[in-house]
Amino acid sequence: MRLSEHIYSTITSIRGPLLFIDEVFTARIGEVVRVHSPDGRIMDGEVLKIDAKTVLIQVYGETRGLDIENTSIVFADTVKKAPLSTDIIGRIFNGSFAPIDGLPMFIPEKWSPITGFPINPSARARPEEFIETGFSVIDGLNTLVKGQKLPIFSCAGLPSKEVAAGMLKNAIIPPVLPLAKGGEGGFVNRGKGDFVVVFVAIGLTYHEYSFYMNILGEMKGGFVAFVNMADEPVMERLLAPRFALASAEYLAFEKGMDVLVVITDMTNYCDALREVSTAREELPGRRGYPGYMYSDLASIYERAGRIKGIPGSVTMLPIVTMPEDDITHPIPDLTGYITEGQIVLNRELHQKGIFPPVDVLPSLSRLMQRGIGEGHTRGDHRKIANDLYKYYAKGRDLRRLEAIVGRDGMTDSDRQMLDFADAFEREFVNQRMERRDVNETLDIGLNILKRFSLEVR
Amino acid sequence: MTRRIRGISGPTVSVEFSGLKLYERLYVGHAMLTGEVVRLDRDRAVVQVYEDTKGLGIDEPVNIVGMPLTVRLGPGLLAGMFDGLQRPLKRLREDMGPFIIRGKQMYALDHMKRWRFSPLKRKGDDVRTGDILGYVEEGAFKHLITCNCDGRIVWITDGEFSLGEPIGKLEDGKEIFGCHEWPVRMSRPYKRKFPPSEPLVTGQRCIDFLFPIARGGTVILPGGFGTGKTILEQAIAKSADVDIVVYVGCGERGNEMADLIDEFATLSDPWTGRGLMERTILVVNTSNMPVAAREASIYTAATMAEYYRDMGYHVLLLADSLSRWAEALREISSSLEEMPGEEGYPTYLASRLSGFFERAGVVETLSGRIGSLSMVLSVSPPGGDFTEPVTQACLRAAGAFLMLDTSLAHRRHFPAINYFQSYSLYEKDIVRHFNEQISSEWAGLMQRCRELLQAEERLREVAEIIGVEGLQDADMILMKVAEMIRIEFLCQNAYAEDAFSPPEKTVSKIREVVEFYDSSISRLREGVSRNQ
Ligand SMILES: Nc1ncnc2c1ncn2[C@@H]1O[C@H](COP(=O)(O)OP(=O)(O)OP(=O)(O)O)[C@@H](O)[C@H]1O
Ligand SMILES: [Mg+2]
Repeated sequence: MRLSEHIYSTITSIRGPLLFIDEVFTARIGEVVRVHSPDGRIMDGEVLKIDAKTVLIQVYGETRGLDIENTSIVFADTVKKAPLSTDIIGRIFNGSFAPIDGLPMFIPEKWSPITGFPINPSARARPEEFIETGFSVIDGLNTLVKGQKLPIFSCAGLPSKEVAAGMLKNAIIPPVLPLAKGGEGGFVNRGKGDFVVVFVAIGLTYHEYSFYMNILGEMKGGFVAFVNMADEPVMERLLAPRFALASAEYLAFEKGMDVLVVITDMTNYCDALREVSTAREELPGRRGYPGYMYSDLASIYERAGRIKGIPGSVTMLPIVTMPEDDITHPIPDLTGYITEGQIVLNRELHQKGIFPPVDVLPSLSRLMQRGIGEGHTRGDHRKIANDLYKYYAKGRDLRRLEAIVGRDGMTDSDRQMLDFADAFEREFVNQRMERRDVNETLDIGLNILKRFSLEVR
Repeated sequence: MTRRIRGISGPTVSVEFSGLKLYERLYVGHAMLTGEVVRLDRDRAVVQVYEDTKGLGIDEPVNIVGMPLTVRLGPGLLAGMFDGLQRPLKRLREDMGPFIIRGKQMYALDHMKRWRFSPLKRKGDDVRTGDILGYVEEGAFKHLITCNCDGRIVWITDGEFSLGEPIGKLEDGKEIFGCHEWPVRMSRPYKRKFPPSEPLVTGQRCIDFLFPIARGGTVILPGGFGTGKTILEQAIAKSADVDIVVYVGCGERGNEMADLIDEFATLSDPWTGRGLMERTILVVNTSNMPVAAREASIYTAATMAEYYRDMGYHVLLLADSLSRWAEALREISSSLEEMPGEEGYPTYLASRLSGFFERAGVVETLSGRIGSLSMVLSVSPPGGDFTEPVTQACLRAAGAFLMLDTSLAHRRHFPAINYFQSYSLYEKDIVRHFNEQISSEWAGLMQRCRELLQAEERLREVAEIIGVEGLQDADMILMKVAEMIRIEFLCQNAYAEDAFSPPEKTVSKIREVVEFYDSSISRLREGVSRNQ
């Protein structure tokens, strides 16, 4: 602790969200500073770099209106911390953790550094408990498990908003029941007591904002929301997910809750990262994104997980809009390199009116294998999922042939496969806004297989 | 003498210059973070800090430890799990809970544990560096204790000891211990090197049969995300025919490691039947752990691997992924404000990489034994584009290239090794070996298998247009058989019984398919139609 507080008015330069201050006696990396603007506003900032007596500060707030002569800086001698309490449940905050739902600020039980600490790999418990999202293509074919990070890759104009809304409203952790033989047992819907959704919205437009506010209104609790609007400071886009994850870790590993973190849209996050990096005059990497973007994204995504001997879990569903529908663009690419699979939305399916428009072929949940089957979902789950995938892939292959030789030029069995692929899309993938439990999902899949005499043995 | 921090930028810190040496190890700040001097300028020394620098302040003290970054080598490494600086993760967890807090120093080896030493030298013997003094039983392995200096033994123990106490003494008063420190960036000495010529059986049919690799060789596995690099690395770690496996999770996922630990604990080595963990050392520096330690992790692992090689063991080092190492190098380089090369990587990327690859090989050790260090390294090219600098630099240095193909992975053809573009420079020697040891048909079958796959590729275009039904009978059979090769022979489900395929099974499987093809064709010639 420092004995006295220093107030500096020795700013030498201001560049976008960055300030350079001279003649600083003492400062720490990551230290929080208060920036007092000439018009009386107070903003937070953070020390990024120290070079002898010159300190580089990144400001979390609107730097418009700052000047060199009259702006002053106070060093707070602490790193950025999040106020935590179970009272955050049911509340809506902005990207700086200030309430925006009209209610007063809660009284924090504790404060924790927003960047958290890495989980010791030997302390991690492997993810293997099923989370039911209510969407057949996910629960049936790309199952999500507790502690997993599974992104949704979307394209501009696809209904990723509605998919996110479905997750917010419908995801539950079904209690594991001793299942009857052949998997005839069912699930009962459990209340959301120990299950909380943390919703992080980054760079929302007003239109999206009102959409999500309606959804949160319908949810009546069981959530914590952090909302950063498109016209709010760029730096808050970098803060919001970290506040959210500090909250998620607190609820999960200190309060024993299962937390599902839905983040939309990571593309806005990465663009903010690029903007700040450019202001810092860092060397740009691919498409102008900074070279450390992999490590930066990992510092967010890797906070998902479970810990041995501690109840609770953090599961993550980030939504990524692929610029130019390109999956090799650095944002989806680096995301895919860190997360455990991906759910890919497809324009063609959307145009056919299928919701959710999930393309099963490139989608994959890498941790699915341990979360399904007897004791998790149903004994026949694996077989049904494999068969649906296999025949659908075949059907999709044949569509290309159909385009060349025409349907009439094909054998009966090939035509049947084409019909199967259509039925699969229309009946299994497509479900509009209805919620299906995993039993219904598997039954629908089984019925389609039976109808085409592709029975599961 | 204590120096003071003058500046901090990302993972690097600049310090008052006086009297520091290059690559000297330091404790940085009140939190005592491990650092290493990486550059000396006229007026300051630049220190690379191996832990998160958050909270570090200007004017905080910097103290010299003396040595460069080292690892501790001695009995007790096997079955261990370490971070990139060789801190033991399990004991770290007992000490500070499930999260890693900074600035905790902890020795890799347990200095309280008692081992039984059996001497092979006696009082009065003259010994030289590299000579074997005796051994301890580390699980099923004879862990040889070698001498680090020259002299005459005046006293040597026979019985229990712990790593903190001497096991012997030389005439000049020098004490001998059961463990020692070795700088990670310096490869350990050996007498001479041989070209790799013996097979390293992986249990993966596609590798053993089409692109066989050698003990002491280097293999790279580049592939976009989700192409199965990690699963393949782990499958090889489980079933490779080597004595000891060092697996590095370099900048990858924590959940993956949790999965590996749980799985390895229950599996056994298919060659010896012993617990898999008993032969394994894990080095784990996940993507959210400090980048500088990630950069060090592959060297930490290689040094431990060389240590066991020097006892005459066949050691396999697997790293997932080398690209994350290169990115760490890039992050450090950019915080040092070095002149960037291609895609921002420092210009010394290729030389560092080839220097690392050089640590592999078959050697005669100082004590005259034969040991080997093989490397299987995954590479994660951005956007799956193999023209990027890291893949290209690896290609120049590696002996085998197993290209993982996104389109095969999307069709769930796993392992997604592209069977046309991959290659192994060890092929000739190893195939000769298999021909002699396993089956005299090996080379012939391999040729046939390749031809069938190539013929299928040519026919596929035709079939795309006219449909498979439109093909001639012989071509139709060929297509079917090639499909059998792809799906039943080349594919190997990592989650099934089939995950490990010994060479005998591999060759008999392909023989069946090729014989089936030959008999179908000859029956066709005799006038039997294809449907029969
Ligand atoms: N041999 C195999 N058998 C069955 N499935 C496999 C096999 N190899 C890969 N897969 C499937 O592919 C998925 C991705 O594999 P893996 O995690 O090894 O990819 P990766 O190349 O390491 O990706 P990343 O670069 O993102 O780490 C696995 O979760 C699994 O579903
Ligand atoms: Mg991987």
